[in-house]
Amino acid sequence: MTRIDDTFTRLKAEDKAAFVAFIMAGDPDYETSLSLLKQMPAAGVDVIELGICFTDPMADGAAIQAAGLRALEGGQTLKKTLSMVTDFRVEDKTTPIILMGYYNPIYIYGVEAFLKDADAAGVDGLIVVDLPPEEDAELCLPARKAGLDFIRLTTPTTDDKRLPEVIKNTSGFVYYVSVAGITGGAAGEKAAVDEAVDRIRQAAQLPVAVGFGIKTPDQAREIAKIADGVVVGSELISKLADSPKAAIDHMNALAEAIHTARKT
Amino acid sequence: MPETALNSYRNGPDAEGRFGIFGGRFVAETLMPLILELEAEYKAAKADPAFREELDYFLKHYVGRPSPMYYAERLTDHVRQTAAKGKGAKIYLKRDELNHTGAHKINNCIGQILLAKRMGKTRIIAETGAGQHGVATATVCARFGLPCTVYMGATDVERQKPNVFRMNLLGAEIKPVTSGTGTLKDAMNDALRDWVTNVEDTFYIIGTAAGPHPYPELVRDFQSVIGHEAKAQMMEAEGRLPDTIMACIGGGSNAIGLFHPFLDDKEVEIIGVEAAGHGVDTDQHAASLTGGNPGVLHGNRTYLLQDEDGQIQDAHSISAGLDYPGIGPEHAWLHETGRVKYVSCKDEEALEAFQTCCALEGIIPALEPSHALARAFDRAAEMDQDQILLMNMCGRGDKDIFTVADALGREI
Repeated sequence: MTRIDDTFTRLKAEDKAAFVAFIMAGDPDYETSLSLLKQMPAAGVDVIELGICFTDPMADGAAIQAAGLRALEGGQTLKKTLSMVTDFRVEDKTTPIILMGYYNPIYIYGVEAFLKDADAAGVDGLIVVDLPPEEDAELCLPARKAGLDFIRLTTPTTDDKRLPEVIKNTSGFVYYVSVAGITGGAAGEKAAVDEAVDRIRQAAQLPVAVGFGIKTPDQAREIAKIADGVVVGSELISKLADSPKAAIDHMNALAEAIHTARKT
Repeated sequence: MPETALNSYRNGPDAEGRFGIFGGRFVAETLMPLILELEAEYKAAKADPAFREELDYFLKHYVGRPSPMYYAERLTDHVRQTAAKGKGAKIYLKRDELNHTGAHKINNCIGQILLAKRMGKTRIIAETGAGQHGVATATVCARFGLPCTVYMGATDVERQKPNVFRMNLLGAEIKPVTSGTGTLKDAMNDALRDWVTNVEDTFYIIGTAAGPHPYPELVRDFQSVIGHEAKAQMMEAEGRLPDTIMACIGGGSNAIGLFHPFLDDKEVEIIGVEAAGHGVDTDQHAASLTGGNPGVLHGNRTYLLQDEDGQIQDAHSISAGLDYPGIGPEHAWLHETGRVKYVSCKDEEALEAFQTCCALEGIIPALEPSHALARAFDRAAEMDQDQILLMNMCGRGDKDIFTVADALGREI
């Protein structure tokens, strides 16, 4: 069992959805970011998505773009992001960490070296926005072989005909992007999300986490009633821009809403 | 790959949209279904005589094709004056600067908007650097009655005011891009973000032979009218093919348009000219092949200007049309196979060639082809007088007069 499987299995037994939280590694600097990372499990985060900064994040909205630029200005690199995971793993052996970003920094690092170093650091899975199934040979298949989960995004434009192709080499869980759009924009309609989650869950036989546009505990609670996981990113980044404490407070509020959603 | 190992250089891309290792479809899942649909629709359009007929109609009557091919006698004499005895090839110019809107960009825009119509799309978006592709897109949108949104780096909006106003007159909405570094690559990022958000009704008219498959292929095909015409015109004028053909390269759409029909004519030397800005040994240039290495950006694998962490670096060129940190994937492949030779030209050399062309031929070239012109003078001087060099004059320089005046320290 992997850390990702363990987490979803445990939460399912408790009839809870997972709180999946995104932060950008190195935003605004290595130390602040590492400290925040270490506080996330205690703030109720079940699965951590750690962003790999990139100059040209074509699927991200203003908040995550700005976070990436702050991290770059703070001197963040992919190598430092991996060492951040290593530092985190000194104390935390159970919380899954998924690296999320774009392909080029990984490609330049070297796929083989990256997978080896990511595995050694204690990374559990990868989400790479600009690698659709058509490009599986690039990273998805080598990652699976190296024992890392490759979590695929499915979107409202992924129709029934395409869905099997998209989930074919997916593992860990499936990330459903609830709107056709960029991060930090509008959220999807509940009824449509409900239908999509069922459809994907049946086809993939994997947990389904829903993200994009979820900002408030109320929104998170609604999604937690239907999905296996709720992803919040941009809103946490915006809070972090105020202060690390504001981000942690918001994580606590979201965790409370997500974990009690099915009790009410 | 050695030249002899290939039957043809004109068969790419393969089914995965690759030219060797370059190209591909590195896009978010949201866009994938649409990109597959575009590929299928383009295949159908290519096989449809009615599509070809409509395209040809607009190229002839609206764009003004065929563009002339002109023997630049005075430029030829200019080269011969300083060349060794018996040296100095005849210089011909393919005059795509005479197209409607003043550059080759419209060849592609006409083709893509006809595809958009076929696909039932009701809204057009585009990115632009200097504004030439934006103007060409706004132009075809006016003609075909579709709303048009153009993404343009905020600094470019400021320094290219005439083109911004032109686009406004043509009914386009200009969105100044401040994200990232506010340059052409960021304009492309924002156009992609718009597309991801409005994927149902929107067609993205990409201006250069880059981006996810099938864009590099279809832009090349629409621009290949340049090379096909030039070939026929050269046969008529000289009874043979040119010895050397040359074009400037930013993303590389005018160059691939000229080059592609000649790729299998082994006797024809092909040279692409990148923008060296202040010099390829500085960090202020746009020569992705000379000064970059392979990476993945904007949907394709190609040569990019980037650091050792895979972060994309800003390009610099006096010519906004060449000011892009990447290059079309087919050029990356032609570079690695060795079929096309890629050289570079600095800002100051382009400026000098610009002035020479104005003074001797009465043609104000755009700064982009001025780069190719500078290297064409050098190459022609090494060639024999009975040899022929053909260069693509891909745009006119009206848009550049303020930049040039500024660079020359003159006030207008």
